[in-house]
Amino acid sequence: MTVIKSVTCPICGCLCDDIEVTVENNEVVKMKNGCAVCEGKFLGYKGEHRTKKPLIRKDGKLVPVTMKEAVHAAAEVLANANYPILYGWSSTSSEAQRVGVELAEEIGGVLDNTAVVCHGPSILGVQEVGIPTATLGQIRHRADLIIYWGCDPWSAHPRHLERYTNFTEGRFEKSEWTSYMTKLKAHAGNRKLASAMRIEDSKAKPKPQACYVGGSPPELSKGGRKLIVVDVRKSMTAEMADFFIQVEPNKDYEVLQALRALVKDKELDVDSVGGVPVEYLQDLADALVNCEFGVIFFGMGLTQTAGKFRNIEVAIQLVRDLNSKTKFMIMPMRGHYNVTGANVVSSWQSGYPYGVDFSLGYPRYNPGETTCMDVLLRDELDASLVIAADPGANFPKNAVQNMVKHPLIVIDPHMNATAMLGDIVFPAAFVGIEVDGTAYRMDSVPIPLHKVVDPPAGVLSDEEILKKILEEVKIIKAKNAKVA
Amino acid sequence: MEQKLHVTLLTGRTIEQGVGKEYGKASHEYYDACSMCYMDSDDMRKLGIKSNTNIKVTTPVGSVVLKAVKYPRGPTPGLIYIPYGPWANAICSYATTSIGMPSFKGTPADVEAAPGEKILTIEELLMSEFGR
Ligand code: SF4
Repeated sequence: MTVIKSVTCPICGCLCDDIEVTVENNEVVKMKNGCAVCEGKFLGYKGEHRTKKPLIRKDGKLVPVTMKEAVHAAAEVLANANYPILYGWSSTSSEAQRVGVELAEEIGGVLDNTAVVCHGPSILGVQEVGIPTATLGQIRHRADLIIYWGCDPWSAHPRHLERYTNFTEGRFEKSEWTSYMTKLKAHAGNRKLASAMRIEDSKAKPKPQACYVGGSPPELSKGGRKLIVVDVRKSMTAEMADFFIQVEPNKDYEVLQALRALVKDKELDVDSVGGVPVEYLQDLADALVNCEFGVIFFGMGLTQTAGKFRNIEVAIQLVRDLNSKTKFMIMPMRGHYNVTGANVVSSWQSGYPYGVDFSLGYPRYNPGETTCMDVLLRDELDASLVIAADPGANFPKNAVQNMVKHPLIVIDPHMNATAMLGDIVFPAAFVGIEVDGTAYRMDSVPIPLHKVVDPPAGVLSDEEILKKILEEVKIIKAKNAKVA
Repeated sequence: MEQKLHVTLLTGRTIEQGVGKEYGKASHEYYDACSMCYMDSDDMRKLGIKSNTNIKVTTPVGSVVLKAVKYPRGPTPGLIYIPYGPWANAICSYATTSIGMPSFKGTPADVEAAPGEKILTIEELLMSEFGR
């Protein structure tokens, strides 16, 4: 039995690197420090749903074949395709991503990563107005005001608060965990009272759209770190917050613009914006201006709703305005553990972060045209390679319908929805458990991933599989050139 | 009681979906986590349903049967929330508004009670949509 310390968790953009893993007979048997999702992965990854041999669809069914056969079949498809898409890349190492860029260039395909359906709009916003940001270490030690806007870290990045923000012990800012627990206990008492009262008054009036969670606005002038959540529904994170603002769906842009006006001491001649009474916004604006080091973390609640990248643009502009009065940062809550790496690698190799079209022999980037979602919806592709992502489960149905019309190659450790739909399926080793590599945390800091157990016999890493396909593609292309 | 409710559809992450996806897309954890839909308790009352009743959610893209679950953390009138996954994507708007990003949150939908209808498994859903 060996205990391995400081293992990096290869799941979300937090990339927690303090996980302790106990290994016995090449199996993970115990975990420490990880969140529920992390335990699910480390303890559940060897589950029955894993493929161990390459599969090829024959007569409508996926049947096991040799690695050589699968590599050749995949390379044939890609070498002969006119406009293939190569999609995914966010749950694998940057080493594999690098081979992906070379493969895309070699076959003249469209290289796109999952940012297109998560923080693609954030990147577009940043390209418009830049971004004032910091590392999570800075935030951990110094930030006294944390805002989560349109994101619910408790569900999607479960240890974000504990490691980087309100519940972490920073050098200059203390953890708010104890005071949160006290508040929780007081609340539990209040809740009992409230539910008793509800029985008496079952026709209670509907609650207002925006509400203070931690009591009255003085919560916002309390000492220590403050936690503010802005969302369309009261999420789990909102329940922990000192102040929660509930915005009507699709109205974040308006609320952000209103805040900009208030921060610049302008008066608003309306009573509410996006369902939020102006006095609540005024309280929020005061808190923003009066902090010493504030941060806005934002998620899909801004990037996937009406306005999309314009929401991000205006959020960054708000932060820029705030920097004339105090210190303020903004950061996207990147989801998959190495989606940031996918953007970084793609940028340094091709000049563009996602949606890169190599079909003309040089990289081109025009979101809306060269992004894989649009290529799929216009049905312009003639083959696809999906790696370390699951568009079969996560893309709108119409896009997937066009994807399965053409040969579909899938590289993934799991038999996920895309693999179930695939024509050629490669089982891959789990990066960060069975192979090591590098991943970029949400603040763009590269963190090493560790191998803690060996992959099952015959199962290769993403990088190795891609290299084999690339080599075979080159051979086929050379042969084709000779014939021509 | 109303036959049909017009609501705003949100899709997104839940911790159960996060755990389920790590167990595998074919796992029952993933099925339980993703083939459901959070609703406001008053809205559920309007449709005459309780938690764990099946509902049918319809958008211009299609419809899907899901299990309705009362949203535990306060009122969300007029909103429904489906965890990311193939069930949500059976009805999600694919309008990318020319930037590559579909509209996963904040699109209109209709909800009706469907106690007699079955929730498809992931295999059945993929088969019905993609023939595989
Ligand atoms: S918060 Fe994210 S990186 Fe950290 S342990 Fe949980 S899933 Fe892993």
